[in-house]
Amino acid sequence: MSVSRRGFIIGTATVGGGLWLGLSLRGDAPYPNAREGSFQPNAFLQITPSGEVIFQLPKSEMGQGIQTSLTTLLAEELDYEPADIIIEYAGVHKDFAAAGGSQLTGGSASIAVSWNPLREAGAAARAMLIAAAAGRWGVGVESCSTEPGVVLNSISGEKLGYGALAEEAKDFQHTAFELKEKSAYRWLGKSTPRLDRVAKSTGEARYGMDVQLPGMKTSVVIRPRQFGATLGSFNADTALKANGVEAIFAIHSGVAVVADTYWRARKAARLVDITWLDGPLANLDSEAILALQKTALKNESGHIAMERGDVALQQTRGERLESIYSAPYTHHSPMEPQNATAIVNGDNCEIWAPTQAPDISQAVAAHYTGITRSNIVVHALTLGGAFGRRGYVDFIGEVVAIAQQIPGTAVKLVWSREDDMQHDFYRPATMHGMTATLAENGKIDSWQHRLVSPSIVKGLGVSLASTILPEWVPTEMARAIGRKSGELFAGADPTTAEGAKVAYDIPNFAVEQILQDSGVPIGFWRSVGFSHNCFVAESFVDELAHAADQDPLKFRLAHLENAPRYQAVLKLAAEKSGWGNPRKGHFQGIAVVEPFDSFCAAVVEVSVVGNEYTVERVVNAVDCGFVLNPDIVAAQVESAVIYGLGAAMKPPITISGGAVQQSNFHDAPVLRMNESPVIETYIVQSDEDPTGIGEIGLPAVAPALANALFAATSKRLRKLPLVLG
Amino acid sequence: MFEFTVNDNAYAVDVEPDTPLLWVLRDHLQLLGTKFGCGAGLCGACTVHLDGTATRSCVLPISAVADRRITTIEGLGGEHPVQQSWIDHSVPQCGYCQSGQIMSAVALLDGNPSPSETDIEQGMAGNICRCGTYPRIKAAIQSAAQAEYYSASHTSNETVGDDV
Ligand code: FES
Ligand code: FES
Repeated sequence: MSVSRRGFIIGTATVGGGLWLGLSLRGDAPYPNAREGSFQPNAFLQITPSGEVIFQLPKSEMGQGIQTSLTTLLAEELDYEPADIIIEYAGVHKDFAAAGGSQLTGGSASIAVSWNPLREAGAAARAMLIAAAAGRWGVGVESCSTEPGVVLNSISGEKLGYGALAEEAKDFQHTAFELKEKSAYRWLGKSTPRLDRVAKSTGEARYGMDVQLPGMKTSVVIRPRQFGATLGSFNADTALKANGVEAIFAIHSGVAVVADTYWRARKAARLVDITWLDGPLANLDSEAILALQKTALKNESGHIAMERGDVALQQTRGERLESIYSAPYTHHSPMEPQNATAIVNGDNCEIWAPTQAPDISQAVAAHYTGITRSNIVVHALTLGGAFGRRGYVDFIGEVVAIAQQIPGTAVKLVWSREDDMQHDFYRPATMHGMTATLAENGKIDSWQHRLVSPSIVKGLGVSLASTILPEWVPTEMARAIGRKSGELFAGADPTTAEGAKVAYDIPNFAVEQILQDSGVPIGFWRSVGFSHNCFVAESFVDELAHAADQDPLKFRLAHLENAPRYQAVLKLAAEKSGWGNPRKGHFQGIAVVEPFDSFCAAVVEVSVVGNEYTVERVVNAVDCGFVLNPDIVAAQVESAVIYGLGAAMKPPITISGGAVQQSNFHDAPVLRMNESPVIETYIVQSDEDPTGIGEIGLPAVAPALANALFAATSKRLRKLPLVLG
Repeated sequence: MFEFTVNDNAYAVDVEPDTPLLWVLRDHLQLLGTKFGCGAGLCGACTVHLDGTATRSCVLPISAVADRRITTIEGLGGEHPVQQSWIDHSVPQCGYCQSGQIMSAVALLDGNPSPSETDIEQGMAGNICRCGTYPRIKAAIQSAAQAEYYSASHTSNETVGDDV
């Protein structure tokens, strides 16, 4: 039997509790990184006749351990030692795109969206290999089983390695398969060591910054500090004479300086004389933004994002609690500054892209070069951190624009830390008007959350439409469709509002969103809307608990009677932290959140001296469904807690003259080891399908800290970062 | 022309005297394990040893390095007890800061083979990790300090260089 790879559906119904698989192999383009002669039952997996097992990793590894987790998913069902699999970043192909049509890594979604496809990809291949072996031996498949990498013949005791079966397996694409029971897992559910730990401890791991190509040049871009300012004129006469400088020219975002090495490009950039023209944000500063938000909160009515009961009733129901909360702009600052490398030659383009979205990178490159997407090859790379920043690929647009001016030459673009900090897509500054009433029985009767924020989604329509619409849709039409789809979010943005819909049992409840855009570039920052809305909601519920004269844990539990997964994380965190019995001189605060369908409760313990406080300990309980790798879950919670604490404690990004005032880690400090608390992570055992963990530990930490500071000082801090005095 | 030793190999490079050692290592010697994080001595990603002392190579001009001995992450050889401890604790996440963390940790332990928790926090405060691997770094340093390599007689910086 021989089958065509195109437009073909593999998998079939199996008897007795099997499943129907529709792994679509419709592909209008060949799979990237395909090896001649390999057995490739689907986009993800190849087995070469020499026995190499090669996995196309469809998500970006940015530290969250996805390389290990996804490889293990496939390996478990294929029955092959994960550490022996050759892992390559997938190129752009629609078979790698998850629901929604994009290959973006984000929203803590990678495990959830890969759980079925990757297990099925592995299981389908294993079934084909068994069928091939059974055919070779002339026995039934029921007489065959596998051990990692080999098929066993239970009658004769013979063994055949997967490589030896690769050729014949191609003829068994219809083979039925079943997924393993969890009890049969060799690797999943266990703390197998991260696959990248050695290369990342020896200096051998390679990042975008480390790309080396023959004859490669290095470039930097001089951008205006002020957002929206434009290039008036520039004089590069002196700079062009500097050692090693190859070229200096304008691109869409500023002036590009190309030299033989980074240092020479950077030094020459200082010699370029530039006149910038003020744009519409020339007079914008943080105080003005705050004033605009206050006015909007007071005078405007917005889009009702959720509503239950009638919050208007609260006007007539006794005493109202009212609080205004706010959160500032926050920077991502992944450890590796933005960079990318490209070669543009006529109608062809090749990009080495440290990106969370290879397909969006391809679309952005197509836009800036005019080259058709199918002629643009994207090599995804290991990321030196991302946290949402590398979902935006402005640096890809820049590097292809530069490389196009020097045809056939590899050009690397390197941002400085200052570039990175001043040209980020920040967590938006937001303001929140909260009102609530308590019923006679001390339970919450009404809750209104009025949120003033800009729309993150509005700005995404264009690049997303250019990415996921088919190539035959002309670029301009795609962009117009994108703008239109962005307009759909003109009134509301589900991403900046996420987390505002609390699970508490409150009869009269409403979230209203008032969109207010200052023009400062904003974007997805680790946990997105949850990061500010959970701070607000979990602080405010604490205020209500104190107003009702109740223990904050008991108060929460009383409002979560029909939410067992919330109950479980709260109780586990309380138990492990010794809730109510802190060490002498320590004070506790608690919070519970549900970001991206996972659950997390945190108890933060602080000590306070004067106006200085120390975060002593953070105890987390998480429920992210079935846990693929407990050690990676713990590492991600530790990571999110420290990232979240940095933003909760350290000075924010501020705006003056339409520009970011901070420039590097001295004036935009982040959490260091001496400020990092003891962190404990406990996992609720669960058989639910797995959900994410990369962002889950973040949203609870700021409110739990604010609540602990209230316990210590009776001061309610309603503004991030949290500063006493 | 500047002459110096990196990982026991002699090098001579012809660059402007203000070129930071970091960019000589990366752009001229293709020793890519040492990372660029801030370029201002603030993050520690670029940490190397200069005659055994942890040094931020992004703010060290090559002119200050003449005739001196440099050790980079590559020079630890991959089986250094601190690297082994990093691997045992699965410390790295994105990994980008870890060369610098490891070089700082090795220098710390070379000077103080049994550091207290406060010694570790102070010794490592110059190294930022945006992925928040601090708890594991601390644990890895504590384990490495227990290793025979440190608990035996090893106290001299020189021994590190000779080992590699
Ligand atoms: S790159 Fe040298 S200290 Fe940050
Ligand atoms: S491991 Fe990512 S910055 Fe440290």
